[in-house]
Amino acid sequence: MSHPENATVFLKDKARAKWHDETLWIVREKRDATIHQIPEWEKLRELASQIKDHTLSKLDFYLEELEKNATANGIKVHWAENAEEHNRIVAKILEEKNCKAIVKSKSILTEECHLNPYLEERGIEVVDTDLGERIIQFLKQPPSHIVMPAIHLKKSDISDIFHEKLHTEKGNVDPVYLTHAARLHLREKFLQAKVAITGVNFAVAETGEFVVCTNEGNADMGVHLADTHIACMGIEKLIPRRKDLSVFLRLLARSATGQSITNYNSHFRSPSPGKELHLILVNNGRTKQLGREKFRNSLKCIRCGACMNTCPIYRRSGGFSYGSTVPGPIGSILSPGIDLKKFSTLPFASTLCGSCSDVCPVKINIHEQLYEWRQEITKANGSSLKGLSMKMANGIFKSPLAYRISGKMMRASLKNLPDSIIYNPLNTWGKGRDLPDLPEESFKAWYKKNRP
Amino acid sequence: MKIESPHIGLFIPCYIDQFYPNVAIATLELLEKLGCKVTYPLGQTCCGQPMSNAGFEADTEGTTSKFIRDFARFDYIVAPSGSCVLHVKDHSPKIKNLKKNQEHIQSNIHELSEFITDILKVDSIQGSFPHKIGFHASCHGLRGLRLASDSERNESAFNKTLQLMRDLKGMEVVELTRKDECCGFGGTFAVSEEAISVQMGKDRLADHIDKGVEIIVGGDMSCIMHMQGIAARENESIQLMHFAEILNQAIS
Repeated sequence: MSHPENATVFLKDKARAKWHDETLWIVREKRDATIHQIPEWEKLRELASQIKDHTLSKLDFYLEELEKNATANGIKVHWAENAEEHNRIVAKILEEKNCKAIVKSKSILTEECHLNPYLEERGIEVVDTDLGERIIQFLKQPPSHIVMPAIHLKKSDISDIFHEKLHTEKGNVDPVYLTHAARLHLREKFLQAKVAITGVNFAVAETGEFVVCTNEGNADMGVHLADTHIACMGIEKLIPRRKDLSVFLRLLARSATGQSITNYNSHFRSPSPGKELHLILVNNGRTKQLGREKFRNSLKCIRCGACMNTCPIYRRSGGFSYGSTVPGPIGSILSPGIDLKKFSTLPFASTLCGSCSDVCPVKINIHEQLYEWRQEITKANGSSLKGLSMKMANGIFKSPLAYRISGKMMRASLKNLPDSIIYNPLNTWGKGRDLPDLPEESFKAWYKKNRP
Repeated sequence: MKIESPHIGLFIPCYIDQFYPNVAIATLELLEKLGCKVTYPLGQTCCGQPMSNAGFEADTEGTTSKFIRDFARFDYIVAPSGSCVLHVKDHSPKIKNLKKNQEHIQSNIHELSEFITDILKVDSIQGSFPHKIGFHASCHGLRGLRLASDSERNESAFNKTLQLMRDLKGMEVVELTRKDECCGFGGTFAVSEEAISVQMGKDRLADHIDKGVEIIVGGDMSCIMHMQGIAARENESIQLMHFAEILNQAIS
């Protein structure tokens, strides 16, 4: 289904839609409060943007530096051209370790690669250990938000799920009680897993280390109990120097949730004695995006999710309405690069209000790229019906006479026609809105009389 | 002012010409009262924004060339719409054989309140408007032209439009819960994403109505048309006005 169709369905449950909007708005407000405590906030954004621009301009160089330094640290570095190759590499490591159950902390990249179903088909149990991710895993749903994957669910929903899956008391919605139940459940899984998978928030080329940020400590718990740690990262998650973290770690959590910093920022540099550490560098279309001049800087994204929290469309349509791994404004500029046809309605799911670009901690011009994707999509679609009416509009507007006649006709016909037969676009307008009262004459006519 | 008596080309967006002539008249009269020499080029039509935002920028070369020919002769171009001004400045397609004229227009086109504060250097307008108002910050003017500080960035607070109205006697500006959330108009978005568009408009209206606002004041009639249309359908008595109408009334 297209985005407008999904959004219409989402908005049918008015109370829930309102709750969703308000819940995410609270996160946006928390973010606002915390960034106003940082006088140099805008300077930090500019610095982050410049560091990422620079890194992307020399991505090949920094990736090779990362590989060299990580390898020297004892990390096994793998390169994956696409999702399939990434999944094969993971499966091969698991096979070598004879591992049938793994724990995984949040990684949008593994969602993008559809790693879970790939492994499950091969008889491997995958347990997502981020609380939100575990909840949606019970429901066999994808995340609806990249930072808060279960944000579309209410406490009462989670209580019902846990009652069914973890046998908690029916109707008990106390978050402490429910979290404790999840903790006991996950603890068992942690103790059993020989291999732990994590994502990567930042990889540092200079030192060959990488950083994983979580609030729950689940990544650390998984990694430290397992013998093998597999970290999966998109090749854009790179920064040149360790000191660049002093910019990005200050921006990430504040933008994401309004916290000053994520609770756990763990640096992984080399495997513990007797253990293995793997790092998979995944392309999966990123170099293609890098080659698109207008859309290149979408790769600066640090996946904070702030553009989702602020987006008035995301808040009122939910993450699933986008049908893409990364929803919301950033998803709408990344996804068309992956499949233009499938995601062709996403760049239009915006009023181009620009709020996303102004909250973005790395200053991606998201709304301008939405505009540019629209131009690409109409070019690819050729002369559709909408195109024809727009071409006619251009014909009308470049000729003052045609404009005057059509304007007059429009005003006359709107006055005389019953509402029911006003042509289609205005009909859609009129579902929930009245048309303006029509003036006797246009400004042009007035001007001619009054300023002859 | 640098130039003795600059000649201003009045750019009236097509939907204002057709639906809201009073806003255009107020803009013209206000500029005249402030001592400007204003001409409305009669041949003007549209800036091309509706087509471009729908993804047909390439098809608006004819419209854009026409706009450049109509307005290149003026020292300044002024319009009572942040959205259309932003389009002309940033999004109209480059017309090669009119490059110089296009650049002149893009550097000298201003939204009305920006023109009055930044070019005419008028600090505020004296007069009276004894009403409780809510300000609707239209997105393109706000985040595109930076007519005011927005809630996303950490910057000193300013608002060029409200600054002009700040000294009006009896006027109270209420503080909104979401001071600059989009109203959901968005051009073709209003039709292609009808459900969200209307919901956003309802939410914006509710914010003003909850605070006891009598009149919602804005700088873009497109947003106002959208919210007005919803208010009328929902039988809400709240009024909506363009700030040019208020300033023009106040000053006389």
